[in-house]
Amino acid sequence: MNINLKPTRDGFGEALVELGEKRQDIVALSADLTDSTRAGWFKKRFPERFFAMGVSEQDMICTAAGLALSGKTPFACTFGVFAAGRAWDQIRVSVAYMDLNVKIVGTHGGISVGPDGPTHQAVEEITLMRVLPNMTVIVPCDALEAKKATIASASCKGPVYLRLGRSGVPTITKPGDKFEIGKADTLRQGNDVAIIACGYEVYEALLACDALKKEGIAARVINLHTLKPVDRCAIVKAAKDTGAIVTAEEHSIIGGLGGTVSEVLAQEFPVPIEFIGVKDRFGESGSPEKLFKIFELTAEDIVKAAKRAIARKKMF
Amino acid sequence: MTKRPDVKKLEKIAREIRVEILKMLTCAGSGHTGGSLSMVEILVGLYFYKFRCDPERPLCETRDIFILSKGHACPALYATLAHMNFFKKEELCTLRKAGTRLQGHPQRGLPGIEISSGSLGQGLSIANGYALAARLDKDKKHIYCVMGDGELDEGQIWEAMLTSAHYKLDNVCGIVDYNKFQIDGRTEDIKGLEPLKEKWQAFGWEVLEIDGHNLKEVTDAYDKAETIKGKPTVILAHTVKGKGVSFFENQNKYHGVAPSKEELGKALKELGAND
Repeated sequence: MNINLKPTRDGFGEALVELGEKRQDIVALSADLTDSTRAGWFKKRFPERFFAMGVSEQDMICTAAGLALSGKTPFACTFGVFAAGRAWDQIRVSVAYMDLNVKIVGTHGGISVGPDGPTHQAVEEITLMRVLPNMTVIVPCDALEAKKATIASASCKGPVYLRLGRSGVPTITKPGDKFEIGKADTLRQGNDVAIIACGYEVYEALLACDALKKEGIAARVINLHTLKPVDRCAIVKAAKDTGAIVTAEEHSIIGGLGGTVSEVLAQEFPVPIEFIGVKDRFGESGSPEKLFKIFELTAEDIVKAAKRAIARKKMF
Repeated sequence: MTKRPDVKKLEKIAREIRVEILKMLTCAGSGHTGGSLSMVEILVGLYFYKFRCDPERPLCETRDIFILSKGHACPALYATLAHMNFFKKEELCTLRKAGTRLQGHPQRGLPGIEISSGSLGQGLSIANGYALAARLDKDKKHIYCVMGDGELDEGQIWEAMLTSAHYKLDNVCGIVDYNKFQIDGRTEDIKGLEPLKEKWQAFGWEVLEIDGHNLKEVTDAYDKAETIKGKPTVILAHTVKGKGVSFFENQNKYHGVAPSKEELGKALKELGAND
């Protein structure tokens, strides 16, 4: 694994410029977070196709809707908490209900935002976006995947919520890896337990897989980058093959990846599930490393959860 | 030379549209009577005089854009569109019924309906989006957006006002159906808007203040709005909620209540309609 750290927002920023070169319909908007979201790279290259909206998320989303109605493909960029939180009704009525081609880019997802603290750490927005009909929700695991996800989003019809992070994360995918919206990637094979993760937690899941291997436990690792439409087949197959699931996300387990996997398995093939994620609480200030320990999101926590899930197989 | 409106003819159309609105609301058994009747001339002066559209090709590229931000008043828009032959008048009686294209609040997909709306405060931002795209595409289209006065309580409208002015969107024409009421009561009692003209001006808009039921003034305002360059224009149309039927006028209980069959009969008589 290449452990050069790079934030997923950088992958997005690069992709948007590439898209802008190729397609005249690509436009970008930002709610006063142009540099932070990396929309600034697009602005610099294509100033006439960039619209500064000021600190007005609701206005930004609906302006993007108007641009989409006119045949443009707008990327509306701000922090995830503000995009999904402040402009939820605008996204619901003026984007999702009309099934418009608006791409909502929510950066600074999860507690890895760090010192800015809970007001700026989105740990609920995947749930808020996933519940909306027509919405696609993607959580890339590294900058390279974020780049591919951005390019795929631009060609996918309808609204997309792209969840990106602030902090550098290891690049774990390869340039040649195929990225397909709605198609989960199995990164490690194993039949004792399956760890289904998204975003940065995919890296922690891989570390956990290595640790479990040393103890003779073969863990499957699935990168569930698309939360919606979800790859039901990959989830059900993992449950059938392993009989024990761990979900890992840098987000509330209520309605996030844990919720998504539970919904699928409760209907199709119930097995024990252990949840790694934010447990019905707000974030807090601190370094990302420290916060991952406090919120029990580390590889060590995943290892423990895997063992719990495996132990529960007998009770099932 | 600019064409001149035939005001008498427009007044006749306005009467016919009021009749259609009342009939469809009674048929539906629910819906927003007051705010539909107050904006009839705003729609008639636009659609039957100024607006570029083709009912045969509702999405043709050279069309102007109409956005009903106060989506609850859609019966007036449905009746206008049917009168323009975007769809058949017979469809009006399906309003609010299961399976209809005439949803309780507008839904994109019905010919002539540009956007889904109903949650207030969003239309002007969408109008700005259309306007920015038109500028990029060097397209001369005009974007019209009708807002309610109660709707101006929504902060997003004021965000959008800043955006329109900042980007000098002179292809945007806002219209406020200023009927002085919102669900809870008189706008000045609930959350005072005055001095409203000065507020729009302070936000960088050209303001035209008119009697929103006088079709000469309405059409003149649309003509004037087109000539204003370098900034957006808003038409503050002073209107009467429930206009056209004496016992609905300024009676706020008809904000969200449809006429009963008896009321419909009396109302149609007042409007000079037979059935």
